[in-house]
Formats: sequence, structure tokens, C-alpha cells
Amino acid sequence: MTAGPIDAVGREDVEALFYEEAALLDAWRLDDWLGLLTADARYLVPPNDVPDGDPRDTLFTIADDIRRIRGRVKRLKSEDAHAERPRSRTRRLVSNVRIVGRDGDELVVEANFAVYRFRRNERIGEYVGRYRYRLRATADGLRIAERRAILDSEELGGLGSVSFIL
Amino acid sequence: MDAPFIIDDPGSERFRLNRRVLVDPDILETERRRIFDRCWIYLGHDSEIPEPGDFRTRQVAGRPVLFVRDREGRARAFLNTCRHRGTMVCREREGNRTRFTCVYHGWTYDHGGALTHVPGQESYGAAFDRAEFALGEVPALEAYRGFWFAHFGGEPEPLADYLAGAREYLDLVVDQSPGARLEIVAGTQEYDIRANWKLLVENSFDDYHLHATHATYLEYMKDSGVSVRLPRGLMMPAPGTGKPLGNGHAVVDNVNFRGRPIAAWIPLYGEDAKTEIESIRGELVARLGEDRARRVADTNRNLVVFPNLVINDGSAVTVRTFWPISVDRMRVTAWALGPVEESETSRARRLDSFLTFYGPGGLATPDDVEALELVQDGLSTWREVGWSEISRGMNKTGEQLNTDELHLRTFWRRWNALMTDGAGA
Repeated sequence: MTAGPIDAVGREDVEALFYEEAALLDAWRLDDWLGLLTADARYLVPPNDVPDGDPRDTLFTIADDIRRIRGRVKRLKSEDAHAERPRSRTRRLVSNVRIVGRDGDELVVEANFAVYRFRRNERIGEYVGRYRYRLRATADGLRIAERRAILDSEELGGLGSVSFIL
Repeated sequence: MDAPFIIDDPGSERFRLNRRVLVDPDILETERRRIFDRCWIYLGHDSEIPEPGDFRTRQVAGRPVLFVRDREGRARAFLNTCRHRGTMVCREREGNRTRFTCVYHGWTYDHGGALTHVPGQESYGAAFDRAEFALGEVPALEAYRGFWFAHFGGEPEPLADYLAGAREYLDLVVDQSPGARLEIVAGTQEYDIRANWKLLVENSFDDYHLHATHATYLEYMKDSGVSVRLPRGLMMPAPGTGKPLGNGHAVVDNVNFRGRPIAAWIPLYGEDAKTEIESIRGELVARLGEDRARRVADTNRNLVVFPNLVINDGSAVTVRTFWPISVDRMRVTAWALGPVEESETSRARRLDSFLTFYGPGGLATPDDVEALELVQDGLSTWREVGWSEISRGMNKTGEQLNTDELHLRTFWRRWNALMTDGAGA
């Protein structure tokens, strides 16, 4: 087997992508963020009680295919997305990045995250957990084929809704 | 004398709600006794504990409850507190156990609630009888077609009588399964709303708010090929009615426009799904007849079972209950319900359909949460702006629209009657 482009990707490349993504999301540059996704990307937030579940047989908090991701972005850009008007201010810290597997043309990557969220003069809370990504090497560079945000809290509770992109 | 909780005057077509009932902590204390201790309260679904020893722990009417299947296969509901000093004897959310050992002094109970072991029992006198120290049991526990309810008051009326007209709407859900067997799907949505619990009762079947609160959801559906145009004279894309069902229960019963896994195809489900949805439809017709099948498959129904159970039978089936943590905060728990016979693809479609609208990450529910929290914030003016307006449809005789408010008034009238012993009803 010849080495494909994915084999040349190292942790530094992955970190660069993660930091770029975090900056775009914190700045609400959602169209630019869409540009980091593959055309078949998925965005998943599993339920707090089944963190390793499959959205086909488990009720998730979010299980978007690319169509609903795009619909979600369109919604979030609208004045009528009341839950995010005014928008949350978020600050994402992404760390402990590890390449945990290579699967065909995809890289499986994990990282820790802490997303601090403020809104309407209130600190809503910290969304803390683990990302599990599938990344693909494309002609345009490294792209996100799947992003799963797994929360550590046993229930959302006081965190309320996940109305922003986690 | 205090102002009444509601002003209900059909003669002048006025229905006003005293905003104090949404902000005063004393009202909540009264509700705990007069509402939650006097009504059948939803506990869980039969499918959540299929085998002996299967258990779930949850809060029901403010009590920690252990919902467990005993050795004989009966569903039981125990108060999750050790008879020795009060410790919760089960800390896990769910699992399978035939022994529950208290971490404090080691008293051990079986899945039928019997106290089976007391360490150092010889230091108690000869009169000490373990049989006197079985786990406390929820005073009354009954099920209707798989939905289990608990009652903490004296001598409750039978659950079936209590449910009254709501039974028909539970039947319409159960009829979606060829063997009349539904199951709660894995995965729980649990989140808080910083608002009084009764605001979610209203919101769960208030169709008047759809166009204003959920404009972005409607836009998404439109983009996916669903017609969301409002017909002349309607505030919803399809007609529907609001109906009282007795004992404070009520429903909005609507012509479907946004697709149903059972069984109305919309473009969002994809071309691949057409054949399977047609065959689900065919099974319904063969089993139930054309008319009943149409009733099951072509209407969406948001049901409120008084006081705090909501079953939304629409783009999926959601079971949602909620409990006041304080006067201005509630904890919501929601599950997806589906027929056990459902294929993998059908189940996946149901869950996908659920998430488009519902839940803390859906395209619609977060906007409901926002609306209710804005209400709660606004209500701090209750001393100056004392009354809310709930009179839509009072000028009509006969059938009321889903965007009228008869179903909301139905809840409030029952609530008021219980809170005032009928004096204010």
C-alpha cells in the first residue's frame, strides 16, 4: 500500500485545523466554518447518558447530516433564531489533541474541549468534554468529515440548550 | 382578600391569569401538596424495565423513586430511601440488580423491596423483624397501556378514570405498533428551563406561537419541500382543533403537514423512504381499517395529561415530563417512543425526524426555551402588570382552533379548582 496524503498528516496539522475551527465558531463566522467540512459531513452531540451511542438507534441531542448542518447555519444566521439572539459569546479551549487511528483515507482524532458560554449578562456555564473527529485529506486540505462533541456532564441540566455550534 | 388566580368570565369573553401564580414560591409549595400529591404522576414506561431486576431511578413528584421489575415480573415503584437512616439505596440511573445494598450501614434489599440482610442483626432485640423494614412503596401505582403512573395521595380514583378522554389519544399512539407494543428508545434528553413549570404545559400545545417562535424551523421545512403556507384564516399551515379531555387533560388534534414516521412521507425523509412508509401505511390499513389508519397516520396530536406529562405525537413521538426545581426553574426529561417492531431504517428515520424540531439541540425547542425564559424574566413585573390574557376563542361556540386557547384554559381551570378546592373554579 502506498502512503496516501492522510499518512503525511501530523498532530500539528490537526491542531492548526482545530484552532482555526474554534476561532471561526467563537467569531460566529459560520459560512467560513462550513468551508472546513466535507460535503457529506456529520455533526453529533450524543445524549449525556449514552455518550458512545449510534444516532440510528439512540436519541441524540444533535445528529445532523450535512443538509441539517447547513440548515442549522442558515437558521443561526437569521434574526429569528431567538435562542441565539443576542448570540452567545463563547470561548473554546481545545487541548490534549491525539491522533488515535487511521482508517482508509480518514484520520480519527480526539481532543478535550472546554467551551465557556455567556449570554444576556449571564454566565450560562462551561460545556466540557471530548471531541472525536474523522478528518479527511482533500485537494483543499484537511477537512472535517465527522465531529462528535461528547459532554462529560451526566445531564445538560443548568446548561440548558445547545443552540450554538458546540 | 387576595386577587383570584384566574378570572374566567365567558359572558364578557374574558380569561385572565394572575401572574403571581408563576412567580410566588408559596404557590409552588401549595402546588406540591394540592397538585402533585393529588394527581396521577407519570413515572415511566413499561419497556424501560423489561426483565426482573431491571431498574431506573428518577424523581417523581419530588421523591427519589426506584422503578424496578421484581422476581415475579411485576413493575414496582419503591421510595429510594433506606429504612434504617434514610440513605438512598440506589445511586445508579439504570441497570439490573437483585440486591440493593445501602452504602451507609450495609442494609440490603432485594428487587421486591424486602430487607434481606442487616449486618450485625444480633444487636437488635428479639422483637426486631426485618419484614417490618421493607422499602417503602409508592402508595399507588397503575399503568395504562404501558404508561406507568404513581399517586402519592390517599385513595385515588382508578388511573383509567383519571385519564378520561386522554385514553383515546394514548390509544392512537399505541395503535402505531402492530402488536400494541411500544418502547422508549435509548438516550435521554434532560435539561433545565429557567421558567415556571406551568409555562411549559402551555407551550407544549400552544399552536398560536408556531409562526412567531419557530420561523426558522418553518423555513427549514419549506427549504426541504414541505408547504408551510398559511391557508386563509389560519395561523397554522394545516387546520386543527383544541379539545378538553376531562380532569384538566387536553389536546390539539391537527391535520398533519410536517410528515410522520407512521405514516406520512415528506421529501425530508428521502425518496428511499417512500416504499417503506407506504408499507407501514398498508399494515395500518389492513389492521385498523381505512378510517382508523387515516386517524392514526394523518393527524398530529400534542397531548397534555394533567399536570405534567406531554406526549407529542407528530414528526416523532416524544414523551416529556417536567418537574419544578423552584418557582422559576424546571427540569425537563424527554424520551422518544417507537413501536418495537420498527425496522432499523424506520427507527433511524423516526429519530432523525425527532431531532429536526425537538430537544435541546433541535431547530425549534431552543427557541421555546428562550421564549419561556423571557416570559419568566418579564413576570418580575407582576405587581405592576398583574394579569396574562388567555381568551382566544372564547367568542366562539362549538369547535375551537388549535391556535385558540380553550385547551390552555382547560389546564388552568383544573389547576385552579385543585388549588382552591373548587372555590375559585
